[in-house]
Amino acid sequence: MQDYLLILLGTVFVNNIVMTKMLGLCPFMGVSRKLETSLGMGAATTFVLTLASGLSYLIETHVLGEELRYLRTLSFIVVIAGIVGFTEMFIRKTSPVLFRVLGIYLPLITTNCAVLGIPLLNVQARHGFVESLFFGLGGALGFTLVLVLFAALRERLEAADVPLPFRGSAIALVSAGLMSLAFMGFAGLVK
Amino acid sequence: MLSAILVMSGIALVLGGVLGWAAIRFRVEEDPLVDKIDAILPQTQCGQCGYPGCRPYAEAIAKGEADINRCPPGGEEGIRQLAELLGVEPKPLGEGLVHKPKSVAVIDERLCIGCTLCIQACPVDAIVGAAKQMHTVVPELCTGCELCVAPCPVDCIRMEVIKEDISNWKWRYPVVSLTALA
Repeated sequence: MQDYLLILLGTVFVNNIVMTKMLGLCPFMGVSRKLETSLGMGAATTFVLTLASGLSYLIETHVLGEELRYLRTLSFIVVIAGIVGFTEMFIRKTSPVLFRVLGIYLPLITTNCAVLGIPLLNVQARHGFVESLFFGLGGALGFTLVLVLFAALRERLEAADVPLPFRGSAIALVSAGLMSLAFMGFAGLVK
Repeated sequence: MLSAILVMSGIALVLGGVLGWAAIRFRVEEDPLVDKIDAILPQTQCGQCGYPGCRPYAEAIAKGEADINRCPPGGEEGIRQLAELLGVEPKPLGEGLVHKPKSVAVIDERLCIGCTLCIQACPVDAIVGAAKQMHTVVPELCTGCELCVAPCPVDCIRMEVIKEDISNWKWRYPVVSLTALA
């Protein structure tokens, strides 16, 4: 149990997927303008990512095996696309408001490199099934945390007196870099 | 080689099956007609049609509860498009509804007592101000729906017709009046 807790803590804070591995920067910059959309995006990504890590583990060990290893990326992408399609239908049915808020970003989870990156990292680290699930969940929670924090930051930035050449994406990228530096502070958290 | 093809088609088959099942299981009962009607309506959310906004009116039209001629801001062009979409005869604007020239609300700031009633009435949040502070209309956002005129207790809101100048003039559509045809 403690191991799983450590994986969760480690992926959320220490090895945050966005801040230390720089994966998933597209939604990180794209959906972080508003707090509400970032929360919705985080929730949808969490759902997809957890399912994707579990399923991709099953496919890696039970379907592909040793001799078909070269199909890994291909089959993972197919699975992720399938899960995203399913999530889209599910959200559309259960919460039309969230569906409208997320809009184009929902199908774009398919191209979120964090969603492909975490299953691949799982394989690389030789995680078991439950470990894979926790790794996926932790990565997604870390992604959500950073996304929400950054959205709050950017809402403040809108009102700040930013020098003209830095307005817009420039200041957003600079603050993302500073945030990444701040996350290095967690490096000694789990020993 | 063969096993790779088999594996990939197997994955594709399973996923396709799941997605097909989900498409039936999570089917959304949504009338695509509502979206099309809503796209034609002018989105002023003025409520002159008797519905609390353009989308509810679009839903009512789609259900056949409302007539197509209840939207003054859309004008005859709007009615014409709705008639074309729904395959019915275009008809003149409903009784009691008149198509007015485009106008904006103006608050006489000397008379305004800051009661916020007009702010609550405004469907597009085009009035700024706070309690016991003078209010004012943001003309760029005002759709000219006149909903703020009635609630004002001191009658300090009037509608001003927007004069044509070089910034808002455009070519007129060559429309023949429907009343003339009928």
